[in-house]
Amino acid sequence: MIPHKNKSKKVPYFRRRKFLGALLAVASLAALSSGAADYPTDKVNTTGLAVTDDTVTVGQLHSATGTMAISETGSIQAEQLAIEQINAMGGVLGRKIKIIVEDGASDWPTFAEKAKKLLVKDKVASVFGCWTSASRKAVLPVFEKENGMLYYPTFYEGLEQSKNVIYTGQEATQQILAGLDWIAKEKGAKTFYLIGSDYIWPRTSAKIARKHIENVLKGTVVGEEFYALGHTQFGSLINKIKLKKPDVIYAIVVGGSNVSFYKQLKAAGITSDKSVLLTISVTEDEVLGIGGENLAGFYSAMKYFQSLDNPNNKAFVPAFKAKYGANSVIGDVTQAGYLGPWLWKAAVEKAGSFDVDKIAAASPGIELDKAPEGYVKVHENHHLWSKTRIGQWQLDGQAKVLYESGLIEPNPFPKGYQ
Amino acid sequence: MFGYTWSELSSIFVMQSFSGFSLFSVLLLMALGLAIIFGQMGVVNLAHGEFMALGAYTVYLCSEIVHKHIPALAPYYFIVAIVAAFFAAGLVGLFVEWSLIRFLYKRPLDTLLATWGLSLIMQQAFRSIFGAREVTPTLPDWLMGSFKPSATIDIPINGVFVMGLTLLLTFGVWLFMFRSRTGLQMRATVQNRVMSGAVGINTKLVDRFTFSLGCGIAGVAGAAFTTIGSTGPDSGSRYIVDTFLVVVFGGTASLLGTVASAFGIAQSQSILEFFLKGTMGKVSVLTLIVIVLMIRPKGLFASKVRS
Repeated sequence: MIPHKNKSKKVPYFRRRKFLGALLAVASLAALSSGAADYPTDKVNTTGLAVTDDTVTVGQLHSATGTMAISETGSIQAEQLAIEQINAMGGVLGRKIKIIVEDGASDWPTFAEKAKKLLVKDKVASVFGCWTSASRKAVLPVFEKENGMLYYPTFYEGLEQSKNVIYTGQEATQQILAGLDWIAKEKGAKTFYLIGSDYIWPRTSAKIARKHIENVLKGTVVGEEFYALGHTQFGSLINKIKLKKPDVIYAIVVGGSNVSFYKQLKAAGITSDKSVLLTISVTEDEVLGIGGENLAGFYSAMKYFQSLDNPNNKAFVPAFKAKYGANSVIGDVTQAGYLGPWLWKAAVEKAGSFDVDKIAAASPGIELDKAPEGYVKVHENHHLWSKTRIGQWQLDGQAKVLYESGLIEPNPFPKGYQ
Repeated sequence: MFGYTWSELSSIFVMQSFSGFSLFSVLLLMALGLAIIFGQMGVVNLAHGEFMALGAYTVYLCSEIVHKHIPALAPYYFIVAIVAAFFAAGLVGLFVEWSLIRFLYKRPLDTLLATWGLSLIMQQAFRSIFGAREVTPTLPDWLMGSFKPSATIDIPINGVFVMGLTLLLTFGVWLFMFRSRTGLQMRATVQNRVMSGAVGINTKLVDRFTFSLGCGIAGVAGAAFTTIGSTGPDSGSRYIVDTFLVVVFGGTASLLGTVASAFGIAQSQSILEFFLKGTMGKVSVLTLIVIVLMIRPKGLFASKVRS
């Protein structure tokens, strides 16, 4: 036990007997609280972060209001659950985690402003947050300038890598290539119709999908179209699909458009008994809005489904439901959000420090074998090695997992796909 | 022809015409309420979309209540829910007119700001009450699925339903405005407020009623849209641009103009989307509208009034 440096300076008149008594008390306390004293604050925090002898403060930066609130709520909940569980186990380096929650309000400049507040004013040790690529792009310069740490949960388009970000969702090639390979092999698919919402993620994803279809699978893309976010009338598109008769409809439609899209497909007679549809934008969260009956039999390519059958997930799902209600569902991004605090804890413990530079350096190679999705490992490029699964949607809004890939290496800058 | 058989092409032609008409009825339904509020009264109501969302949420509420407590009525509730949506949106409209709009009739620019503020308040209210997640009412089975007049043709029933409702509502509005005494008073007030007051029309009451009617119709539109898509707190803001587009393009003061404009926009959008790609269809339609408005600044059907 090394007594606290500052404290011993403050009390130079310590008598020997008193000192011994104090030492004993500290030792017994330390034994109880799993070793905060093993890691004195001035050693684990050399950059002035909000770390005290018994607490460490982290930030949470999602949209609790505005358009994106629908998607980000799950991540907010999962991150808080993880932090609660970590605290129940004694915290990180013997310190309980305190959360400062900020609302990005679905507005990208607000995200940047709040990120700055969390890093400069609150001096948080780490931030769990962002959902859309736009919000991540808005906060990235802030995190790099102020040297903060961001755990980002969403599957996204790739083409990014930063010392200050750990990407806990999949980058585009991990999610897309395995799914296409499976559908091409399983269904003998040769022709594909790509449909997406009109912004960076669907467009980049469609680009990667097209390259893979044409160059690797030797198939053809018979149509590629993007519709404005919130578009609700897909009549003309559906007629084109009927005319072109693709082997696979590949959908990257997001947000409110999703419900109209799948309802209209069904009403127009495009159902799973006649057509094959693979999507990378529908998780359990979206199915709740779309309705299982409108999706039944279609496929999603994700790294996580709520129905995954493994011991980690069997513990995670009931814990989530106990906290947020029996009707709550867990989608891919929610699970990736849950990984954030655990990966941060592991990195802090490996580095023996809360310093951002040390965490960034310690992160590659960190393994998590109790992730609900199974085993994950942090790559040199700060993305995760993970598996991709194919789930087939059932009437009850859950997916039946039909296929599981091996661990896929994250490759945010894929050669030949740009 | 082009590697397709004639039967394939003709079924696509049938379904494509149908999707054009379906879009037409959606646009007309959206614009009908605003044609009264903006077109007739001159109130720039930016919260119009939120009144549609209010109607949609009313249907959702009815669906929840019926399926929980009286499941026997599930197949029929939708009709009642539409009427409920009309009254819910109408009553809120009545209150808004009394508490806000009536002070702003002579200050159109302030109306713009006030109704925009109102739309934000309503959005956050929806978010607080119903949650941020988009909701969908459980629809009766007879509304789902499609007619199949031949093996290759599918006509969605919900589209037919929206079309029927639009026809009915448009006819109702026409009947009311041009064949009823209240409608006459309404048109008189719009044309010459002072003179109408002089001949004994209670113009303030007429204003309140007109605004409320427009909101009620928006509520019905919202109710009908639950058969097509989902409802979220910000659904209204998705509708509002198209709604104003239709009314302005048609010529603000003309009901016939609104109908013609909805038809024109829907058909060109539907056809262009078929031959062009996704967003390009919409862009081309907007370009066309800009050109037409440059030639005819008052819209397709400008009503001739003495100024």
